[in-house]
Amino acid sequence: MFGYHLRLGLKSLKRNPVLTALMIGAIGLGVGVCLTTLNVYHLVSGNPIAARNDVLYAVQLDNWDPQDPWDDDNAQMPPTEVTHREAMAILASDIPDRKVVMHKGAFVLAPGDENSEVKPYIVELRLTTGDFFPMFATPFKYGSGWDRAADASAEAVIVLSKKSNDTVFGGEDSVGKMVKLDDREYRVVGVLDEWRPVPKFYDLNNGSFDEIEEGFIPFSRSEMLEVTSAGNTNCWKPEPINSYREFLNSECVWIQAWVELGSADKVAAFQSFLDGYVTEQKKTGRFQRPMNNKLNRPDQWLEANEVVADDNRVLLGISFMFLAVCLLNTVGLLLAKFSGAAARVSLHRALGASRSMIFRQHLIEVSIIGIAGGLLGLLLGYLGLLSLRQLYNGYDDLTRLNWDVGFMAMGIALLAGIVAGLYPTWRIMRLQPAPYLKTQ
Amino acid sequence: MLEMQHISKVYRTELIETHALRDFNLKVDEGEFVAVTGPSGSGKTTFLNIAGLLETFNSGTYKLDGESVNELSDDARSRIRNQKIGFIFQSFNLIPDLDLYDNVDVPLRYRGFAASERKRRINQSLELVGLASRMKHVPAQLSGGQQQRVAIARALAGEPRFLLADEPTGNLDSLMARQVLDLLEEINRGGTTVIMVTHDAELARRAHRNVQVMDGKVSDLSPYEPRPLNEGAMAAARA
Repeated sequence: MFGYHLRLGLKSLKRNPVLTALMIGAIGLGVGVCLTTLNVYHLVSGNPIAARNDVLYAVQLDNWDPQDPWDDDNAQMPPTEVTHREAMAILASDIPDRKVVMHKGAFVLAPGDENSEVKPYIVELRLTTGDFFPMFATPFKYGSGWDRAADASAEAVIVLSKKSNDTVFGGEDSVGKMVKLDDREYRVVGVLDEWRPVPKFYDLNNGSFDEIEEGFIPFSRSEMLEVTSAGNTNCWKPEPINSYREFLNSECVWIQAWVELGSADKVAAFQSFLDGYVTEQKKTGRFQRPMNNKLNRPDQWLEANEVVADDNRVLLGISFMFLAVCLLNTVGLLLAKFSGAAARVSLHRALGASRSMIFRQHLIEVSIIGIAGGLLGLLLGYLGLLSLRQLYNGYDDLTRLNWDVGFMAMGIALLAGIVAGLYPTWRIMRLQPAPYLKTQ
Repeated sequence: MLEMQHISKVYRTELIETHALRDFNLKVDEGEFVAVTGPSGSGKTTFLNIAGLLETFNSGTYKLDGESVNELSDDARSRIRNQKIGFIFQSFNLIPDLDLYDNVDVPLRYRGFAASERKRRINQSLELVGLASRMKHVPAQLSGGQQQRVAIARALAGEPRFLLADEPTGNLDSLMARQVLDLLEEINRGGTTVIMVTHDAELARRAHRNVQVMDGKVSDLSPYEPRPLNEGAMAAARA
């Protein structure tokens, strides 16, 4: 009977094409708006390093002003970056399986080959320890990262992003070739493949949804070349900073610190290490705030940094309310449509259709409307995301159509169609056929 | 085989209470052709709707084929309608966007017959009414008389025990009306019990028996005089 009901449902929809189009349009519009906001919400609220969520930790130490917390709205929140001194202390610990300290820096990148037609251009690089690549599971197209010996010797090596390798080397395997950064030569040891963690979890201080940097060089070269941060540098203490050395010894926070701790014992040991370190620092007059050293897993880190703004949640709520309004309209249209079908339904009842058969047939009809509305919603959602791309440059990845959400939208649309159709279907099922048979 | 005793039917609104049937008593035997006549608003159609299980009633008893229908569920009533009763309406009540084949197919689908059995019955019933060659036409392509014959084919396809006809010739000219009545008589001769509601005294005279309804009651019950039946066709209809 399903095929027969489907056929009758399609015929019924063809009978009132305008009404059918309005219902599909109402559901499609509601689903399209929901899909757009849900898609963006899904991306901004995702955890791009979920597979390693249990072993990675962002480190926070509270060296901030004893009179004024780092975050006025949340006094328990330590600074989200650390000073150079704390970065060095973390690097010196042998408890973590891996350690990353890093910051952004700005350089002029030029091809090593002077005959190249590529002109020098300004890039943002990440100065980091070599553990960055295995810790964050970065995909490599060519070569690999560098080892700890390169970190220790501040070797002039670089890992290029796919984008910069495409720009400088036309996408070819550039491992072993040279590039220049501020006129210093660096040997390419690796080229990343396409990698766009959204949000950019490893550095939420400098644009949570920014693209990755165009290259990566050893953190140890930061001190050697006296590189300052191209991102946020926050200071609270009035202290004279007249040299790079004084900057490194200051209470300014500007370095992101992550560790990999492969077991609960290691987590406890490293937490103990941090507490011990801060206790020692307190003796020297630093860290005057209450002990508050935190190890945040990536999901906790994204939550603590409020990557998903309340505005997004409100917008999501509004879009679902809009869907509800569209559904109410669909309910009204279905009531009108089914009222017009009373004589036909009465005839089917007279010819032997039970109430449950009438219910099933009309439920199939509203499901068709739901599915068609869902397909229209997918199209409108896609167009909505394209519009967002036009409005906000650099948000291409944020506004790509996520198929998980697309399937969810189809589910929502089908459910919406059925929900909208339940009451009209129930009413038509309860219809007393006799009065309509005489008047048809 | 159809027996109503002391049936009453009251329609109530907030302001008005209308007694459509009151103490309505009627017995129709197997194979009869009964004409139900009476003025407008006398309760003829209400009787037919109750007989066809399309409406419930307030009091009394109604037995169809010896089975009391008072307490039947909606599913059971639908099943009886589908298996034992065929309807013919004044305005034909064909589904305009289905062709003749599919129109006749509707009750057979609800009966759950296999495709081959449905096809056999549809062909057979459309042949009986002389429209087998036009089964791919839609109702709008037929005359009124032809449409009513399709409605009769649809009613007959399920081989019902009862054929309930509500003013079956009301929308037809006299020639077509005669053809339809000829067909109903032929069906009745095959063993199907026919109950026909009509205004037309001339048509009513062609039935075995006339039942006059007035103010929701049977006011005149002419005696039933059996006519010779086609026993073979009747047995096939009951099978």
